[in-house]
Amino acid sequence: MTAIATTGLSKHFGDVRAVDDVDIALAELRIHGLLGRNGAGKTTLMQLLTGQVFATRGTMRVLGAEPVENADVLSQTCFIQESQKYPDTFRAIDVLRIAAGAYPNWDQEYADQLVEEFRLPVKRTIKKLSRGQLSAIGIVVGLASRAPLTFFDEPYLGLDAVARRMFYDRLLADFAEHPRTVVLSTHHIDEVSNLLEHVVILDEGQVLLDADTDELQDAALTVSGRATDVDAFLAGREVLERTVLGTLATATVPGGPDAKRAALDAGLDVSPVSLQALFVHLTTANASSRATDVATV
Amino acid sequence: MLDDSKPLFVALAEQIEDGILDGTYAEDAPVPSTNELAAFLRINPATAGKGLGLLVDAGVLVKRRGIGMFVAPGAPAALRERRRSAFAAQFIAPLLREADQLGITPDDLAGMIRKEADR
Repeated sequence: MTAIATTGLSKHFGDVRAVDDVDIALAELRIHGLLGRNGAGKTTLMQLLTGQVFATRGTMRVLGAEPVENADVLSQTCFIQESQKYPDTFRAIDVLRIAAGAYPNWDQEYADQLVEEFRLPVKRTIKKLSRGQLSAIGIVVGLASRAPLTFFDEPYLGLDAVARRMFYDRLLADFAEHPRTVVLSTHHIDEVSNLLEHVVILDEGQVLLDADTDELQDAALTVSGRATDVDAFLAGREVLERTVLGTLATATVPGGPDAKRAALDAGLDVSPVSLQALFVHLTTANASSRATDVATV
Repeated sequence: MLDDSKPLFVALAEQIEDGILDGTYAEDAPVPSTNELAAFLRINPATAGKGLGLLVDAGVLVKRRGIGMFVAPGAPAALRERRRSAFAAQFIAPLLREADQLGITPDDLAGMIRKEADR
């Protein structure tokens, strides 16, 4: 079943197309990555899907229904926002108490365990918590709520490497035991790429890539060798990046088994492109093609 | 931990095959579950499941309902046979290519191999 489906979904703020004609279908019971540079529209898209802002255009189905002002859908949805604001007098324990009442599947024992693991001082007022401790509150709520649909928007700000790894480990373990749909927006692409089953890359409000991570392994490849050999191989191909060092050259091209075989036959070294590198190539290529469009106008 | 030049689920399947060949997982013994592998390797459970599925399809593992995955009878021998037949293409051909570039003849190479083995 599809957990989230949108067609032509758009949100414009004046001239800014924060989300622009987005068509996506996210299968349920998977961990999806929502990737994009700052300002790509990730947060706005998640706010649309959780009914926090209203669409300018387009339609969406979340857990089978229109999410806006739909208590049924929203009670099954947990949205952990990057910069969640809390009342000044609140302590973490107050947030957890409210979450316990709000989410039908809340697991208090698990929440207590996570509080301990993330060393969250639950009785200190939130004003006095560090950025990382604030993030830990969100992680505890997001995991212990066990909501059928959980959004994590950059959930690790201020967390150190140890705590981030702990978040990934807990997410995987709990997802395995209690399968649900997770949408994780993140900048730390290399850290999470093995956790994701499917990724959507947004750029300037539009979908730049929508694919299963397994397929992405072959989406692009990097070839290297003598510059003359590399250039002969590149003739007639789309090139994402090319660098030359003396008589040696390295280039990244869109993949596929044919490209790999042709490169090996040409005597070139072939290596795979990580999700992080693919992301950088795609968003850079998109930006420069846009710049060319503007230049020719 | 996993060979990152291959799709993750293929690398995982090969790692389990290695474990079967070196005796970590004996014939008829259980292999780790999808969720255990996912947690240990920090990969998506679906990817881990796909890797195990590959080995079930190849007859290396057998599924026992409600209990888990086990090394199929005869799998170690079959795996060894399969790896042996791929050995020439995978290891000897590149070795000969490199040797040729350096002006080492196949006879020299045979001598070098023997000397290295005797050390």
